[in-house]
Amino acid sequence: MQNDTLEKKAYERLISIAMQWYRQMEEGTIPSITLPTRTKQNIAYDDESEVWKLGDRESVRSAHTAKSALHLLKMSYVIWFLKTQLRENRSSTLRELYYISEGWKKAKFSAQDESNYLIEDLEILTDLQREAFHLRPEEDGATIFGPLRLKEMTRRGERVIHCQEDVGEAGYQIPSNVENIEFLEHDASCVIAIETGGMFARLIENGFDEEYNAILVHLKGQPARSTRRMLHRISDEFHLPVYVFTDGDPWSYRIYASVAYGAIKSAHMSELLATPRAQFIGVQPSDIRDYNLPADALTEKDIAALQSELSDPRFASDYWKEQISLQLSLGLKSEQQAFAARGLDFVTREYLPRRLSDMGLVIRS
Amino acid sequence: MTLADELARQQRSISVAEFFEKNKHLLGFDSPTRGIITTVKEAVDNALDACEEAGVLPDIYVGILRCGQDVFRIIVEDNGPGIVPEQIPFVFGKLLYGSRFHQIRQSRGQQGIGISAAVLYAQLTTGLPTIVISRTGPALPAYRYLVQIDIQTNEPRIAGKEVVEWDRTHGTRVQIEFKSTIAAKKKLLEYLKYTSVVNPHARIRVEIDGETFLFERVSDEAITCPKAIKPHPHGIEIGQLMRMIAASSSPCDEFLVSNFSRIGKKTAIEICQSAGLSPRSPVMSLSPQDQKNLLAAMQNARVPAPPTQTCLSPIGEELITRSLEKEFQMDFVKARTRPGSVYSGHPFLVEAAIGYGGKLSPDGNATILRFANRVPLMYQQGACAITACIAGITWKNYNIAQSGLPLGPVLILVHVASTNVPFTSESKDAIAGIPEIEREITLVLQELGRELKTYLSQRDKNRLAEDRARAVCAIIPDIASKVAEIVEMPVPDTSLIEGRIMRRIVVKKVTRDGRVRIEVRNHTGTRGAISLYDISPDAGRDAVPPPAIVTEVEGEYTKMWQLEVAPGEMWAAEYGGSGGGTVQVRGVSPENVAVVDLDAE
Repeated sequence: MQNDTLEKKAYERLISIAMQWYRQMEEGTIPSITLPTRTKQNIAYDDESEVWKLGDRESVRSAHTAKSALHLLKMSYVIWFLKTQLRENRSSTLRELYYISEGWKKAKFSAQDESNYLIEDLEILTDLQREAFHLRPEEDGATIFGPLRLKEMTRRGERVIHCQEDVGEAGYQIPSNVENIEFLEHDASCVIAIETGGMFARLIENGFDEEYNAILVHLKGQPARSTRRMLHRISDEFHLPVYVFTDGDPWSYRIYASVAYGAIKSAHMSELLATPRAQFIGVQPSDIRDYNLPADALTEKDIAALQSELSDPRFASDYWKEQISLQLSLGLKSEQQAFAARGLDFVTREYLPRRLSDMGLVIRS
Repeated sequence: MTLADELARQQRSISVAEFFEKNKHLLGFDSPTRGIITTVKEAVDNALDACEEAGVLPDIYVGILRCGQDVFRIIVEDNGPGIVPEQIPFVFGKLLYGSRFHQIRQSRGQQGIGISAAVLYAQLTTGLPTIVISRTGPALPAYRYLVQIDIQTNEPRIAGKEVVEWDRTHGTRVQIEFKSTIAAKKKLLEYLKYTSVVNPHARIRVEIDGETFLFERVSDEAITCPKAIKPHPHGIEIGQLMRMIAASSSPCDEFLVSNFSRIGKKTAIEICQSAGLSPRSPVMSLSPQDQKNLLAAMQNARVPAPPTQTCLSPIGEELITRSLEKEFQMDFVKARTRPGSVYSGHPFLVEAAIGYGGKLSPDGNATILRFANRVPLMYQQGACAITACIAGITWKNYNIAQSGLPLGPVLILVHVASTNVPFTSESKDAIAGIPEIEREITLVLQELGRELKTYLSQRDKNRLAEDRARAVCAIIPDIASKVAEIVEMPVPDTSLIEGRIMRRIVVKKVTRDGRVRIEVRNHTGTRGAISLYDISPDAGRDAVPPPAIVTEVEGEYTKMWQLEVAPGEMWAAEYGGSGGGTVQVRGVSPENVAVVDLDAE
């Protein structure tokens, strides 16, 4: 095992779950497990850490009905599988795990959602991330481009990579297990996380990363766990400000919120994944008005989403109330690329520098 | 010539036959697919009515044969009393000719349009006459008639007549050929199946294009033919009253007593007095105004409801249940027959049944079977008062999902029997919304709903117990062996948990590597003596211990052991085989036994 301490922890904690059941059965009691209830009602915004966390409600899963017994049986198969995988220092994807269960008869998963959910249960029980079990998601990690040098422990040895000098135009690809990365040094003044690939490429082409010493991160829509973990670590370890640059619509505001405060689905690891100090650059509804950006009309779904954001604690600030109300009265939304209407350089020459200095960033170029 | 003269020359009386030729939809012949169903329906209705009148158990044959590209021959044969030769042309070749129109009792056909309309339809589409064979007794010959209808005059036209050999001693056979399709085969079979449900005394054999089906009877008792009753004073209209008056030479009071049900001497005098008539004056002498006054007085008279016992023929709770069980394999069936009731002077009664589970489709709307006077209603479900009543009940109260109609594996049967079923139209597809009838339907369904609810909650309780038995006896042992593998320790003994939770006799069947093992553990506090039945394709010849009895039916072997297990003890039998099948236990009450098939997924 490479990452000895983490893997050892995972190995031991998984076995201790099985051990608990073993003891229960030896005593003649039905095996059971206690987990925090994972419903929306049991997820709360934690003011202190400024992220979403699971609440105190717990439920007991005991093998006294066929359904719960089957759940525990599946969990014991998964633990057995992960134990073997860790011991042999192999890894698999969530999808592979789902297919591997094909041979488990009664314990076979009916859908990948079910196995994914069970892995989340194990994360909660062991207080570890699934990467510690050598499980990774399918999706490619997003990419990063900027003045940052890091060391990645790959399966084929250590690699030291500078995210401008040692990578192609597409940037450095974030691995699924961010814990395998060690940050060495940086020459950055900030991190900008960008929703769309088009805008990410525009900033690289215009040399924004060099001119403003910015680390650019491509979010690829709703960001994967590894991308959020990456942002959290850079922000945490280098004390760099993080800015989120998205489209100007309600769904993009939720991308910002999940970067900054965490998402309901991964509430049990918000403290590892969320970056509460991340700030929102735009596109702001006031930008649509002030720059007279090309825009589309809001759909009924957009309007409903904006209205539900008005009552969402993550958007409970004066800033968001004002912006959302403005958008509702404008009835419009704009994409990041809409700035191109004012020329391809407008976003890097005028918009971003102005917004960044508004937000208090001292720009040293 | 004036325009009026011109028009007058074009005006002439229209024959009923001509009228129906132009209005085929009124009689259920609006499409070729429907025509075939209507014809079979009318012929079968007549056959059943005829058998009922003769008090014989109906034995009906329905044959549908393709004779050409789109020409079908429909044959319906019964063992009824037969039709006297002179009447045959009129029964089949004249519209509005019938014996039951003027009678007040429950019967299937009434107006005498049905079968002759089919004859007319055949004549219009193929030009072929209808062939009728009928025989009225073993001593008499069978007659074969070729019948058509003269469309102008609505009189029968006999295209042929002869004496023939026929193997039935009495009965009628009708053969009609017309243009149609058997696209509605499913619907047709459905109609026959439903007919068989409400006529448990009938056997119906069917042959469609070479395929045969049999709807067997479940009762060997011919139903008593409902008796005609006299009209009730509340259920009569002025036209009918005038006709009856014209035909009577009695004085008013005697006229009332002898022509109406529920009117005695005293009531008759009261009616006459309130109509301002002298009871003794001859009824024939009444002026039109007097007649109207008499009708009003009759309708206001306080008289008991008409008798429902003799003129109606309910199927009965037991027979409905039996025939539903025969045609639909369900887990639960309950039927109710309500006492007779009356609307506008017409006696009626409502019967209903609810079935649940089994082979009924678990998805979609409930199956609804509507009947009027033992005839299935196949069309216009949405327009029918029965449907409206079903939708009007809050089925959620009875643990049944609902979206308008109830949803899930539910079957609802409603039968309305009356001397005068109020249909919404002449094609007799839907019952009109009469408040008295709706009230009875709703009441009977609510009663049955409560029964269903009791069954469902009992079933859920049993399911919970079974679910627990499965979890404890089938899944926990698997968890134990997997967990033991993880912690690398010996497999823990889960019979401890089993005993503590189950407190029953637990029977487990498991098949591994071609060996079948049956284990019986007694977790109760008393000695258990049981008979164990293992039914599967395995013969179990090498079983240890050998079974007491082995019987075989169609490749399924029932192996029976008699055994006794002391509290805390275990008994086991083993044999070579591939498992499957079912295990049953007798000798202890079911709540003290749990049978778990470990091979079942």
